[in-house]
Amino acid sequence: MPLVFEWLWLPRLTRGLWVTLQLTGACMGIGALLGLLLALARVYTRGPVYWIASLYVQFFRGTPLLVQLMIIHFGLPSAGIVLPAFVSGLLAMALNTAAYQAEYFRGAIQSVKAGQMLAARSLGLSAWQAICRIILPQALRLVIPPWSNELVYMLKYSTIVYMVGVADLLGEARNIAARNFRFLELYIVAALFYLALVLLLTVAQRVIERQLRIPGLGVPRERP
Amino acid sequence: MPVFWQGMLVNLQLLLGLLSIGLAIGILVAIIEVYAPRPLAAVASGYEWFFRGIPEIVLLFLFYFGLTRAGWAVSPFMAAVLALGARSSAYQSQIFRGALSSIPAGQMMAARSLGMGRVAAIGRIILPQALRLSIPPWSNEFSAVLKDTTLAYSIGVVDVLRQARYMSVRTPAVSLTAFIVVALMFLVLTYAGNWMLGLLEARVRVPGLEGRARREMRFSWSRMWRRVRWRRF
Amino acid sequence: MAPLLRTEDVHKRYGKEEVLRGVSMCLEPGETKVIIGPSGTGKSTLLRCINRLTEPDRGRIWLEEQEVTARKASINRLRADIGFVFQDFNLFTHLTSLENVRLGPLRVRRLGRPQANRTALEALAQVGLSDKTKSYPAELSGGQQQRVAIARALAMHPKLILFDEPTSALDPELIGEVLEVMVRLAKSGMTMLVVSHEMGFARSVADEIIFMEHGVIVEQGPPSRMFKAPTQARTGEFLRKISELYGEAD
Repeated sequence: MPLVFEWLWLPRLTRGLWVTLQLTGACMGIGALLGLLLALARVYTRGPVYWIASLYVQFFRGTPLLVQLMIIHFGLPSAGIVLPAFVSGLLAMALNTAAYQAEYFRGAIQSVKAGQMLAARSLGLSAWQAICRIILPQALRLVIPPWSNELVYMLKYSTIVYMVGVADLLGEARNIAARNFRFLELYIVAALFYLALVLLLTVAQRVIERQLRIPGLGVPRERP
Repeated sequence: MPVFWQGMLVNLQLLLGLLSIGLAIGILVAIIEVYAPRPLAAVASGYEWFFRGIPEIVLLFLFYFGLTRAGWAVSPFMAAVLALGARSSAYQSQIFRGALSSIPAGQMMAARSLGMGRVAAIGRIILPQALRLSIPPWSNEFSAVLKDTTLAYSIGVVDVLRQARYMSVRTPAVSLTAFIVVALMFLVLTYAGNWMLGLLEARVRVPGLEGRARREMRFSWSRMWRRVRWRRF
Repeated sequence: MAPLLRTEDVHKRYGKEEVLRGVSMCLEPGETKVIIGPSGTGKSTLLRCINRLTEPDRGRIWLEEQEVTARKASINRLRADIGFVFQDFNLFTHLTSLENVRLGPLRVRRLGRPQANRTALEALAQVGLSDKTKSYPAELSGGQQQRVAIARALAMHPKLILFDEPTSALDPELIGEVLEVMVRLAKSGMTMLVVSHEMGFARSVADEIIFMEHGVIVEQGPPSRMFKAPTQARTGEFLRKISELYGEAD
């Protein structure tokens, strides 16, 4: 067991940790942008735009992330599109989380009272202005708790990228174990890393949530 | 195509196993968290936190290699059932905990005033109400673990995804189609499962119970999801 | 004859606040006593101490020969003999009226299903709700719910029933039907301890009125004397205030 603690500081693991953080951070950023657009499309548009956005959300929420990764990394090449492993991983995670984030954004937008929009339009603001200046500033605050939960989920799900050969935290742990055959020990080390990260994020979330709380409002917090 | 169904059958068996484990342990952990004395409740919360904090795949590896190291020559399938079951129990306990603590204290008090013991009161009065309230959030958990069965791929379970992967290695030209078919199968199963759980919910509905719970759990994600899920698609 | 219920020097504190500061009282078989007093003076706490839904800090309580407060008292068996009617009914939400009333006889008394059914139906008939056996609590009015709750207590064939402000959660027009049931019960010889501000009820059926304030019994006596000539100034003051509030002056 003492070995476990020595390995916590292995440079290769630190490198893997960095890859994990990059993946998680980037996919959350891209996912937020795309998710916001999808949410706006689902709340404020009709016709084809609405249906495309809805289909997108239903597909990516209704199918496993791992299958999405396989489609992108092992499936697309048969259509002539070959992506590097890291890009495949990032793309799968970003497209997936975008669908979930779209639902959080949508929930938040819809929980802003209808009167807010009416009041804004009655002042002569355009629809777009009203969304940007009145609705979103309120909705974005509401979305913080579910969004930070999503962050934790994506941190944990980022482990799937090792399956297409990305050397993230878990990938590096496996690489090291493949040489010294200490599989269990290295997985324990990896688990400790993830637990620490989750703890860190949970604490940060609590602090942020407390500072920005709006009484009486909330949105869904978990992803199914 | 038949290999896909064969593979999906493995996913469904996995699902059944892990849901049962998750349900049993989840209810137990929730009851402990709500009703047991503080030190015990803290242990239960620790359990919940632990299994929610570790990525599923890492859990799968830990169970598979850990149990093997401990001398139990566990099959990948068994390890997957146990690992994903443990993870699910942590999430399910959170669902049941919420439902249990949303039952008004007066229900317990009235049961005790009739001379029922604590265990009988939980079993006959509190749980029947809490379980009904748990169905909508539980169907979210169902959707999540249905999809997470594919993660068993990582420790070598030959599930539908691995079948697709075999096929894509054998005939690279069809790999895109193969994976998309798998995705669509999950899409169908997700909807079928949620539809059935919706029927179950309607079947055991009791007037007043749902209404009150709705008012008490205002803005609950369960209600929100139900709206999201049914209204627009 | 030994009293049916006896409390001796019951104390209870919540944190710094002493809610009960030594309450001693007794109740003979067939008697109805009504406890009145300003809110927050421990009336409800006293009732809950009697069947130990709240654990008293000090003092002893007996039901006939058995000590309720004894460490090794089988409290569930004692509670089965002590009916309790709550202010907010607390009917089991997921059970119909009949199932609510039947639960005790079936699961606590362990009568067989046919007999439990019979007992439950009798109790429901006693409160005039034979036609509502299949309704869920949410489908009943507040007054009907409280009557089901009374039937639930009655079906256990308790030695006494404790009523904790049974009408104060009800809309005014629904109070009458509940009081009517309670009056009938009292006249039929049920032993009852009632916390209530319904002075009409107290006057017509109470054998004794107990006035409590600040966790102690200030004065007790038959209603005729309590209303006409209370010995304590506080009692008179309180009764006057209540009469003004509820328009019960005569």
